[in-house]
Amino acid sequence: MTGNPELITDARNTWCPGCGNFSLQHALKSAIGELIASGTPKENIVLVTGIGCHAKMADYLNISSFYTLHGRTIPVATGIKLANPDLTVICCGGDGDMYAEGLDHLAFAAKRNTGITVIVHNNRVYGLTTGQYTPTSPLGYKGKSTPYGTTEYPFNPLELMLGCGAGFIARGYTRKQDQLKSLFLDGIRHRGFAFLDVLQICATFFNMTEYYRDRVYDLPPEYDDSDFAAACARAREWDYNTDAKIALGVIFRRNIPTFEERVGPWADGMAGRDDKVSRFLADRA
Amino acid sequence: MHVRELSVLIGGRAGDGINSAGLLICQLLGSIGYHVYMYYDYPSLIRGGHNFAIVRAAGEPVATHRNRVDVIIALNQETLDLHQGRRKPETVVIANRDLVKSEGTGIPVQAVLAEEHAPPVMGNSCLVGAFAQAAGIRWEELEPVIRRHLPKGTELNLKVAKRGYDLAAPGTLVDRSGRASGPVLTGNEAAGLGLILGGLEAYVSYPMTPSSSLLHFLAGMAGAFGLKVIHPENEIAVILMAQGFAYAGRRTAVGTSGGGFCLMTEGLSMAGMAEIPVVILLAQRTGPSTGLPTYSGQTDLNFARFAGQGEFPRFIVAPGDARQAVLWSQEAMNIAWEYQVPAFILSDKNLAEGTYSLEADAVPRTTVRSSPAWDGKEPYRRYARSGSGISPLAVPPVPGAVVKANSYAHDEDGITTEDPVVVAAMTAKREEKRLALSAAVGEMADAVAVSGDLSATDAILCWGSNTGVSREVARNLGMRVIQPVVLEPFPTGQYRRAMEGVTRVVAVEDNCSGQLAGIVRGLGFPVDREIHRADGRPFTCERLEELVREAAS
Repeated sequence: MTGNPELITDARNTWCPGCGNFSLQHALKSAIGELIASGTPKENIVLVTGIGCHAKMADYLNISSFYTLHGRTIPVATGIKLANPDLTVICCGGDGDMYAEGLDHLAFAAKRNTGITVIVHNNRVYGLTTGQYTPTSPLGYKGKSTPYGTTEYPFNPLELMLGCGAGFIARGYTRKQDQLKSLFLDGIRHRGFAFLDVLQICATFFNMTEYYRDRVYDLPPEYDDSDFAAACARAREWDYNTDAKIALGVIFRRNIPTFEERVGPWADGMAGRDDKVSRFLADRA
Repeated sequence: MHVRELSVLIGGRAGDGINSAGLLICQLLGSIGYHVYMYYDYPSLIRGGHNFAIVRAAGEPVATHRNRVDVIIALNQETLDLHQGRRKPETVVIANRDLVKSEGTGIPVQAVLAEEHAPPVMGNSCLVGAFAQAAGIRWEELEPVIRRHLPKGTELNLKVAKRGYDLAAPGTLVDRSGRASGPVLTGNEAAGLGLILGGLEAYVSYPMTPSSSLLHFLAGMAGAFGLKVIHPENEIAVILMAQGFAYAGRRTAVGTSGGGFCLMTEGLSMAGMAEIPVVILLAQRTGPSTGLPTYSGQTDLNFARFAGQGEFPRFIVAPGDARQAVLWSQEAMNIAWEYQVPAFILSDKNLAEGTYSLEADAVPRTTVRSSPAWDGKEPYRRYARSGSGISPLAVPPVPGAVVKANSYAHDEDGITTEDPVVVAAMTAKREEKRLALSAAVGEMADAVAVSGDLSATDAILCWGSNTGVSREVARNLGMRVIQPVVLEPFPTGQYRRAMEGVTRVVAVEDNCSGQLAGIVRGLGFPVDREIHRADGRPFTCERLEELVREAAS
């Protein structure tokens, strides 16, 4: 790791050699370093992780964090953001976290436009539980729980998020680290809910390096990320199952009021509480 | 001076406004000096079915109703037919003449509503007006109560009520020698006020009877008290969101009933491991599973004690009436934040949706308490060991403090560990908190509340909403009442003192296995007889007295 050494704890790193999480961590650390350099106080940044290989990020990054439960990053992050909208809240989750165990929370965060950044470490396999299929594994994927192959199609997370009303939708790839960092910064700086599906290599259980190498491409400069119909077409180009080109970049972006803005600012609710309770009781007498 | 009691039943279909009419009668009788209690009974549907409320007014605080009533206000025929057994020879009937065949006072409600161009739901006001006249309450007494407590459609309600008032014959049912003047609150409202006095900043809840009326109450109070009240996608999100609020420094509570609490247990265990304060109002209803949504039960005591994987400290308090709900909800909030643990307010439908009058000057208040704050000496360690098990709190953003909360086994910094020595040490830290909390419970005033005849050798053991009815039965039979209010950590020392001189214990619980009886037996205390009720309905004074008399004979 180079740069921003103060952002790394001394916890021992236990990811497998070749794991896409190294690249993801480096990109996120660099993005956070840039945020701090451009004026966001380090203590205002909070990382929320789920459970799985990705989640070790909470141990490795030396920033405030809440290492939660499998699938439960988003409700915790939502509470933190509502409690203090000045905090920059970043959720890291796996594809099992976000698309299986916590799918309801993901859909609602998009629906509400909660001002959090959701980064999905999408390696399309359960790594830490040693190789079962996930909601984005292709049809027929042979894992330990499906030795004869899965019998269901994968979700297309981008299309799912478009349907849920997400205001920022992007896709990155762990072998394109510079782009990943800039997508993270774009997502974190977006006002409202930002969703990033990151195609992550699992070197041990589902190494898709060659498959992705031949198919990924960057969205062209003339691509209009405010065009919902174009975003739908681009999201459907690859369905996470059938061979097709795989677009990387910001697929869709729009600005609408955030959940925390609509919920409204905090008032000093403690002032005069006793008297107000007394008045309420008098009204009930 | 003994005040003559008055019990009034009002019944009709769901959608007839039975609850609001009952509450109006509570306010009316409260305004002329009575203490009141109301039991509200309704099936789980929106329109139709049979709803009824029984208002009991007395000279001293009451927290239970009688089976027999002095007045029946019938909005439909079913009300008379279903409650024949509650009538006494002198019971006065006031009925909607259009729908009910009966002797007594018949009011042409349909004609009144038509002439006043009033909607059907105002039929209840018409009959409340007739009741007031029949009871001997002056119009000048009823009018201000309607003005204060029916803020919507006030003028029209007044007109309709006045018509009902004038159509009835004056009676002399009320006794004006009472001196009460306190506020009238439901158990859920009392718990809500307790949470507010305990420093509540956010309330997160998914609707589930019988907790929903607390969600509605706090949503209504949000503006006045600067609360954030959030209704998320499910109860899993509820308890996790609450912990996000708490991590970022906001005193937060959640509310649910059994099924919703099932979904919260994984998050509860996280609160135990990550040491995040959260208050859980668990309003029990009849189980298992969906059970009887709108009826009561006391079947989740052991569930609340043991919910969640692993071992971690928790605080459980079960108030017995509105006054205790105000007091102990504050205490639950304080304990959660002092000890960084989950704290339960274990309620039930009869308490949550029962209505009580409090004594005006007896709304108890405590000061808001919390864990010690970080002293700023770097590095900040979220789980620093202190001897008491309680780590100083820092709430992001604090310059220099990296605040790492963790659901995994972790070290003092909050970094995941599998080191056996560290894991054992951090387990010991949580156990230190449990012991500290247990010691604090031993010192709490009335963690075991004792009432009735303190010299009696026969005692009723009860908890939660059975307290009110047990107190009355004990008064009539000359017994002692022992009510453990704190149920976890169990106040064993206080219980032992409460039992001094007792030779026979009759336990009363709304379950079929005797959960509290099991706890005290496990601690080596005898329980001689057990009275169980598992049909969702509350004991009336008469019925429990009969059962206790039988059990103690």
